[in-house]
Amino acid sequence: MLNYLLHRLALIVPTLFFVSVLIFGLQQLLPGDPAIALAGEDRDPEVVAFLRAKFHLDEPLPVRYWYWAKGVLQGDLGDSVRIQKPVSELITEKLPVTLQLAAMAIVIALVIGLTAGVISAVKKDTWWDYGANVFALWGLSTPNFWLGILLILLFAVHLGWLPASGYVSPFEDLKENLASMIMPAFVLGNAFAAVLMRHTRSAMLQVLSSDYVRTARAKGLDERVVVLKHALRNALVPVITLGALGLGELLGGAVLTEQVFSIPGFGKLIVDAVFNRDYSVVQGVVLFTASAYILLNLLADMAYFYVNPRLRH
Amino acid sequence: MFGLAVVLLFITVALLAPWIAPYDPVATDWGAIRAAPSSAHFFGADELGRDVLSRVLWGARASILAGVVSVSISLLFGVPIGMLAGYLGRWVDALISRITDAMLACPFLILAIALAAFLGPSLTNAMIAIGISATPIFIRLTRAQVLSAKAEDYVEAARALGNPHWRIALRHILPNIVAPLIVQATLAIAAAVIAEASLSFLGLGQQPPTPSWGSMLNTARNYVDQAPWMAIWPGLSIFLLVLSFNLLGDGLRDALDPRHK
Repeated sequence: MLNYLLHRLALIVPTLFFVSVLIFGLQQLLPGDPAIALAGEDRDPEVVAFLRAKFHLDEPLPVRYWYWAKGVLQGDLGDSVRIQKPVSELITEKLPVTLQLAAMAIVIALVIGLTAGVISAVKKDTWWDYGANVFALWGLSTPNFWLGILLILLFAVHLGWLPASGYVSPFEDLKENLASMIMPAFVLGNAFAAVLMRHTRSAMLQVLSSDYVRTARAKGLDERVVVLKHALRNALVPVITLGALGLGELLGGAVLTEQVFSIPGFGKLIVDAVFNRDYSVVQGVVLFTASAYILLNLLADMAYFYVNPRLRH
Repeated sequence: MFGLAVVLLFITVALLAPWIAPYDPVATDWGAIRAAPSSAHFFGADELGRDVLSRVLWGARASILAGVVSVSISLLFGVPIGMLAGYLGRWVDALISRITDAMLACPFLILAIALAAFLGPSLTNAMIAIGISATPIFIRLTRAQVLSAKAEDYVEAARALGNPHWRIALRHILPNIVAPLIVQATLAIAAAVIAEASLSFLGLGQQPPTPSWGSMLNTARNYVDQAPWMAIWPGLSIFLLVLSFNLLGDGLRDALDPRHK
């Protein structure tokens, strides 16, 4: 196990290096002088000169990368030209909002996805199974920003039960916070639930036909105990890893969901940065997201070992 | 079959849009601002009095074009690079695999948004951004397929006969790995259609007044309480097109891969 984990850790270093090259390279896509583009709409000559010096734009490309990467390693993701704040500070400010949204979405996705997956596997080739498969296709094919608009139309405009948009901090008013987050969390969790349902279904089908499940049934155990204790626990092993790969989609989906519901999180930060031509923020957010994704997948791999004792030896 | 039929229907609609759309999709009509669906405007009219049905029909062009072109870009780069990695192995494989890992570490949509932001907002740039973001999936798939094909007897035989490497790769391996690539490409078109709609929704894709489903939904968001039809039809179109490509992909996988039957 230790060897595998060390190998996994060793692979992270070159991956992070290429991620940084890729994100640094984004800047090279800007047409014309990057200093002028990075200066935003004002294009103040002083700002342009400052940026030229800051990003060492007169130096060759590898030297510029070296300076940039050195800054990143020291936690300096650059400064927002628009808001005049360090990018790392902006990320720290907005991250908790997106984390709450993502956490609620994951809970919703786990409840719906695992339940639907287990039911459709246990009741294979029945209407329950067909229904769950239709749900998965619906989840995978619905653009979440459209689902968001439809839910606003139903629950905010017609029924008036929930606020259409906006965000209230949980420290100010927890009830209001949950009311403002439940629709976005459902929208974000919907597609993830579909992915989890499909993985759970196929993993459960495989486990349900194995010998130890047959033995458990032959022992006369209650079917619920067989399914939930014996089968599901083992079926969850591949679901963890495959589910972790779906977290990237969840982060991408958060960008659109936050835009629809005007939630001031991480996704809104990147969209606002795109429109304000605040490129350092765009780079910073992508770099942070990619690093977080790599870390989450590593943790998922470790969890994989933890829940599957056979792999530890 | 349902998937294929709906995909063909959308392609026909996109091709025939100039002839079947009842109105000019960009013509404004101040007398029909946010008009509810009626016999004059079957799907209603938008905030500038433009016919929603005509805009939905024309919008199919941007979506299908974006789906097909961006996946073609991914195939064009992904397949040869994946073949190089799988066939040559060693440091070439290690290098390509690490770059692929790095690209896959950036969530698809976030990478596409970042690329589109730096390239500038337009449908062409959105297609390039989506194409580049989807490339690593094809690199990885092609590499895996080449690795397993390389160990097959027919490749061994081709090598023993003294065929040059390029010939073994192109004439013997490539035709045998096409099936999974077609399945993945069909599913990738579904993802690309959603990605284009997402970028247009954010203002990074097709620019107004040219119709696209994503940008129509972006405008519709502001009028959801007064003119819900502005949101319902473009969204339903995206859903149906994506669903059809997903069904088509699943159907192709069942047909081409006996293990999935």
